[in-house]
Amino acid sequence: MSSRTTRDRLPLAVLGLAALAVGFFALPLLGLLWRTPWSSAWDVVTDPITRAALWLSISCSLWSTAASVLFGVPLAWVLARVEFPGRGVVRALCTLSMVVPPVVGGVALFAALGRRGLLGQYLDLWFGLRLPFSTAGVVVAQTFVAMPFLVITVEGALRQQDRRLEEAARTLGATSWYAFRRVTLPSIRPALMAGTVLAWARALGEFGATITFAGNFPGRTQTLPLAAYLALETDPDDAIVLSLLLISTSFLVLVGLRDRWLGAAASGTGRSVAER
Amino acid sequence: MAHRKHARTLVAVALLVGALTAAGCGRRSTHASSTVTVFAAASLTEVFTSIGEGFEADNPGVEITFNFASSSALAGQIRSGAPVDVFASADAATMSRLTDAGGTTGAPTTFARNELVIVVGAGNPRKITSIRDLADPDLIVVLAAPQVPAGRYAAQILEQAGVTVTPKSLEADVKAVLTKVTSGEADAGIVYATDVRAAGDEAVGIAIPEAANVVATYPVAIVEGAPNPAGASAFLAYLTGPKGQATLASFGFGRP
Repeated sequence: MSSRTTRDRLPLAVLGLAALAVGFFALPLLGLLWRTPWSSAWDVVTDPITRAALWLSISCSLWSTAASVLFGVPLAWVLARVEFPGRGVVRALCTLSMVVPPVVGGVALFAALGRRGLLGQYLDLWFGLRLPFSTAGVVVAQTFVAMPFLVITVEGALRQQDRRLEEAARTLGATSWYAFRRVTLPSIRPALMAGTVLAWARALGEFGATITFAGNFPGRTQTLPLAAYLALETDPDDAIVLSLLLISTSFLVLVGLRDRWLGAAASGTGRSVAER
Repeated sequence: MAHRKHARTLVAVALLVGALTAAGCGRRSTHASSTVTVFAAASLTEVFTSIGEGFEADNPGVEITFNFASSSALAGQIRSGAPVDVFASADAATMSRLTDAGGTTGAPTTFARNELVIVVGAGNPRKITSIRDLADPDLIVVLAAPQVPAGRYAAQILEQAGVTVTPKSLEADVKAVLTKVTSGEADAGIVYATDVRAAGDEAVGIAIPEAANVVATYPVAIVEGAPNPAGASAFLAYLTGPKGQATLASFGFGRP
């Protein structure tokens, strides 16, 4: 009897706390909607500067997501599978940008890739390549803060994966590249998708490193978060509309992905594992 | 076992947080009248920090808390209900927008003036001598964004001088412009004369001819609903009095 009451009480408490958590996230969003100046919203959304910022936000965040996948998946694989001295240090180093305040991250990028930076001075000297104040600089800043989210997610999945599948593939004559592509990657697909979405969302909302490293110029480096921040200076109403635009863009993509890709990916893995 | 250890840690953390919160509340309630919260324009960072020290020395037991950012950002925070005693703006327009919205008590007082200059890195590596040089497309020029006072002043100056500049970036506040130049990432910018002075050896200021230049006036006011109105008046009196004015002059600000 007493054990049943405990069992009954626990889910209630959990439910209550979960409801509080939902409220904690829903309330600020409701506040934004409540404050939104709907009559002028359309003018703000159709403003050429807003459209440029939206386009820049979408394209830069996609580029930085692509870069995160290209470099992040191999990095996660090395961190999960290759034993080498100092692996913990390398892992900490590669996820440091999650903890560093983004503005400081921007300063660090200057020190590395700026015109007077460690590497940046040679990029300028040899290739005439200047990342600060350029659209490429936005992608660099976003990748710097977003990639760790993908690395951590994918590495976690790789560690939990049953390595015997890969070994079985190898004993059946698959090359290591073939095994990685046809066995390892499909089995971590849900985690890869989740990590990609996390990295993309982080890149889309990136502010501190971008405004520090890439500066703020409409059409070139002014992404939606930057436009929203500057609008806050003179016209808080515009800032709210811009924030809503950013939120609805990410919301649409996240919901769309969940149904089309994540669901398919999850069931796809289930099937392939069952087939095997 | 592990679970119990976890629970014990949680309880300890909760107790600690509770104790700290209680201590924090206690301190705030006993000394409520002795803290003056001042929101001030980014360009006042150094001089107000120094004035604050002088004010605290003259008024034992009174503590000043500063928040430095662009004037327009601060005005926005005040409109949203931030508990502030004194607001010092870098331009009259931002202050009057707040005053018109009923955000201040009484009329604002002008307590200082400032002028704008071209800022370049130490040694002036690109040999910039006049405002016309900023039109050079090979030059990396950064300005403050038109949403903040320093950016509005810069745009006004360039228009009056008849010079077209394509800035690489429109920074969120004037100190960010200065940092981009002192770090060598930008070749030139337009900032307040006092910013260049505060940067010491790292920056060189080049005067802008008076005909094209703009004089920035700094108004200060007590915020409507100030938690500490007595402290706010005392700070205003110190700021506009001989000691405050002497400190402002020593940082390169002009008299009102």
